[in-house]
Order: sequence, then C-alpha cells, then structure tokens
Amino acid sequence: MSTVPTGTWVEIERVILRPDQRAPNIPEDTARTPYVMRVSGWLLEPAAPGQPARVRTLIGRELAGTLKTVSPSYTHGFGEVVPELLDIGTAGGKP
Amino acid sequence: MKRDTSYAAVTARKNEIMKASLGVDFDRYVTSPVAFDYERLMKDTGYTLDDIVRIQRETKVGDTPLFELTRLTEVVRQISPRGKGATILLKDEAANASGSFKARRASISAYEAKKRGYAGVIAATSGNYGAAVASQAAMRGLKCIILQEVYDSQGVGQPEIVEKGRKCEAFGAEVHKLTVGPELFYCLLLALEETMFFNASLYTPFGIKGVETLGTEIAAQVRARYRRDPDVVVITHAGGGNLTGTARGLLAAGADKTRIVACSVDLSGLHMASDRDFNRKSFTTGHTGFGVPFATWPDRVDVPRNAARSLRYMDDYQLVSQGEVFYVTELLAKLEGIERGPAGNTSLTAAVALARTLDRDQVVVVQETEYTGAGKHHNAQLSFARKMGVEVRRGDPRENVPGKAIVIPERLEQVTGHGQSMDKLRESYLKNAAKAHPAKKWTDADKAFLAADVKKDVAWLESRLREL
Repeated sequence: MSTVPTGTWVEIERVILRPDQRAPNIPEDTARTPYVMRVSGWLLEPAAPGQPARVRTLIGRELAGTLKTVSPSYTHGFGEVVPELLDIGTAGGKP
Repeated sequence: MKRDTSYAAVTARKNEIMKASLGVDFDRYVTSPVAFDYERLMKDTGYTLDDIVRIQRETKVGDTPLFELTRLTEVVRQISPRGKGATILLKDEAANASGSFKARRASISAYEAKKRGYAGVIAATSGNYGAAVASQAAMRGLKCIILQEVYDSQGVGQPEIVEKGRKCEAFGAEVHKLTVGPELFYCLLLALEETMFFNASLYTPFGIKGVETLGTEIAAQVRARYRRDPDVVVITHAGGGNLTGTARGLLAAGADKTRIVACSVDLSGLHMASDRDFNRKSFTTGHTGFGVPFATWPDRVDVPRNAARSLRYMDDYQLVSQGEVFYVTELLAKLEGIERGPAGNTSLTAAVALARTLDRDQVVVVQETEYTGAGKHHNAQLSFARKMGVEVRRGDPRENVPGKAIVIPERLEQVTGHGQSMDKLRESYLKNAAKAHPAKKWTDADKAFLAADVKKDVAWLESRLREL
C-alpha cells in the first residue's frame, strides 16, 4: 500500500503489554490477549499502513506506534431501529 | 538513567508518582491501615462552598434547572395505592459544560492544577468524567490526556465509550484508547510520570468537593419551590463520588432528614475485566460492577485514600435491571419531552419505583441527568446488544440476565427494581477492612472511623464483629 504523507491525521496502535506481561489475576479470556492502545495524531514523517510511525497529538506530544488507520473517523450512531421501544409511552398506535 | 517501565516496576512506584502528581501527602492524614482523618483531608483542600460556586461559575458549571416531571408523576400516581405517589423532580445536570454532573467533579481539579502551575491534567476514565476533565482543561488553558477502556480484543468499541472518546477529542484532549483490562492504572502511572501533569483522579478531595454544590443546589431549589426538604434523593452509584459529594452538600445545607438512596444497574454475573463480557453489557457505568465493590471497599482506587465514601452517607441501595432503565428512558422522552442519557435514567428508574411507596405530598429527587446522542442513546445500546448476541424482548423484567437477555417491561407496574440488604454491604465492608488490617488490631479510633464509614455507631460494629 502506498506511503501516507507527513501531516496526515492518522491513528497509531501500540502493544503496551504482551500477554505474558499482563497484570496478575485477570480473567483468562483477557489474559491471553495483548493490552493495546490506540491514539490519533498528525503523522510526523511518511509511513505505510502496518509500519512503524510517529505522530504529534492534539496537545503536541510525540508518540510512536504502528500506523493503523488513515483519517480515523467516528461512525457510531443510533443503531438499527429497536421496535420493542416504539410503543412505550404512546397512546397505543401499535396495531 | 532510563527508568524501568515494566508493569511491576511502575506499579511499585505508585506512591511517589501519586504524591508528585497530586501535591497531596496522604501520609499526613493516615492514622492506621484502615483509618484516616477524612474531614481534615477534605478541609485542607482550602476551598469553601462559596469558593467552589465561584470557580464553577467561571467554567459553565452548576446552577442547573430542577424540573418537576409532572406527566411521569401522574402516571406513577395512577398505579399507586391511594394517597401514594410522590412528586418526582429531576436535576438537569446535562446542562453543565460537557453534559453531565462530572463537570462539577472536574472543575476544582482543573482550577487547582492551573493555580499550582501544572502544564496539564490526566484522568483515566471511560465515563463522562473524561469529557468533563477535557472540557474544564480547555477552559483553563491546560493540556489534557484521557485514558479510556474502549475496545475488546477484536477492536470492537463499546458505542457509548466511543462517543465519550469523541467528545474528549472534540475538546482538544489526547485520548488513549485501550483494550479491556485493569492495566489502565499502569498506563495512568506511566503517563503521569512522563508528563508530570496533574492527576485529576475521580477520587481526590477536589473531585468530591466539586460535587457538594449539587447537594446544596438541590436543597435550595426544593425548599424554594416546595417549602420542604427533599424527602428522598436518588443517586446513581458507581465509584461513590456522586453520592458522597451530593450527600455532603445536602448535609452542609442542613437537609439532614433527607434519605439518600443509591441506585445501580444490576450487572451481576458479568466480570468487569473480562474481554468477552465487556461488550455484552449495555451500561458502561452506574452498575453493580463498580457500585458494590466501591461501596464495600472505597480504597481500591488511583489515590492512596478515597475521598468518595458512599456507605458513610447511604441509607438504601436499590438495584434496577437494564430493561427497566430502557423502559423508563423511553417513557421520559415520550411523556416529558426530553431525551437524556443512561446515568441519570438509572436513578430515575429507582425513583419511579420508590415514588409509588411514598406519600403524595412527598418529594423524590433524581439528582442528575446526562446528555445523550449517538452511541449513548438507548436505541444505540440495544441495537448493539442485539448484534453481540444478547436477546432483547419485552416481558417480565425479572427475566433479565446480564449479558444474555434484556427484558424491557411491558407496563410501568413492572418497574419495581429491588433492594439490597444494607447490613450485608456494611458487613462486607468490615470484612474487607479486616483483610487490610486484622480486626484484632483495630484500635478504638479505628473502630470509630469504620463505624462512621458505614453510617453506624461503634456498638453496632462491636456486635457485628462478634458475629463475623
């Protein structure tokens, strides 16, 4: 995949703790996964997705990780309609 | 010399990191492994209630409306025994900057950080508190880092937490989006050590002092309009700061007969640190996964002693199911014409159930609301739950099984919630205290502290000790 230019708003990912480095006494399903952080910032030098990358964050700090997402966006919404809610508190329109 | 940043090494440096990032020496207040001078810790913040009001007005906090929910009260009265059905009031905390009461909690920390010359503030929270700290930091010209538990190991984000992360970034914060696990605390320590920012922990005396104005405002508003003190104030309970601060404010205003009722969503059976369970709960806070452990042992937090001590002020603790809260959330929109988020609607659900048992001339206050919208909305949560394999249906809410089935009541009569034994919670607190420091070694001063910490006297404590 092509290189992403400096100054692009991206999200990087970093493994903070490998499974063997994790805290003691956590549930087994959690313990077998790595502890991972993602953070967004402006790319400080060109990088390709999946490759090492450095960013400057909104508060000006420089952080390193692996380039995860270019132009990370928020797409959360209201979900699909939940029909079970619709007739609550209505005058009984539901046939 | 480069410091050892391993999990064990950093957590071992916890106390020195905390001292540097908070400027409070807790050793000055600690009197034993289980006791400390709580009131002096609170007083030594140096802020009076008047100071706090002034500071909060500078950053769009407080003086929120108190609404009478007339139509909801009316439908509750229709299903109540004769003479029953208290007036339900709602303190619209969504009107604070950042959309929740957490702005109160963040305001004094941000002010203190600025006053003492810190370059920024940090908080580890997946809740509204992150947005509140980010918003207050923005207004004080401070940098801000928020650490959140957002994703499961598949990279699937809890919609409500995704929204809260968005809001933090909208206020200019650097947001660390983490996977599931208690190592959030390790990341907090690392970030504090790296940046030397102020630790805007939820559990400092500054955080709790900031919430006291919520209690004083409620007392003043209810007295002005109804010529009485609130009979009951229902408070959504998780970490305990909301309840502690509000109750302290009510007491400061002289409302010492007001019953303080905690309320949490019952998520029993789900493990809070489980990667699998993480996205099978439809409430990210205000639930028993935090509420019970924090009530029964407050000193499990990111500061040496927790200023949020809920059992010290709590008279009752009601549980409600996810389905009941969703029903009442929908009813709030349809009958009262306002959409609000899950936290306040949790206590609203308990208030609806309680109002049926209270006299008509009594007043029950739901002491917070929060903003809602994409991700936070109950439709978003239910739709997400369905995608995660949770069954969603209408029926008897007693059939709710956290992580498996959300059963939304068919009628208002089915919204009842259920109580918990306060004595069991208090006994659990004593057992935890005994784990921290053997009961045989408790001094008279320890016993006095522990009894006060569960709103009981020493005679009660002695009798429990004999039985335990």
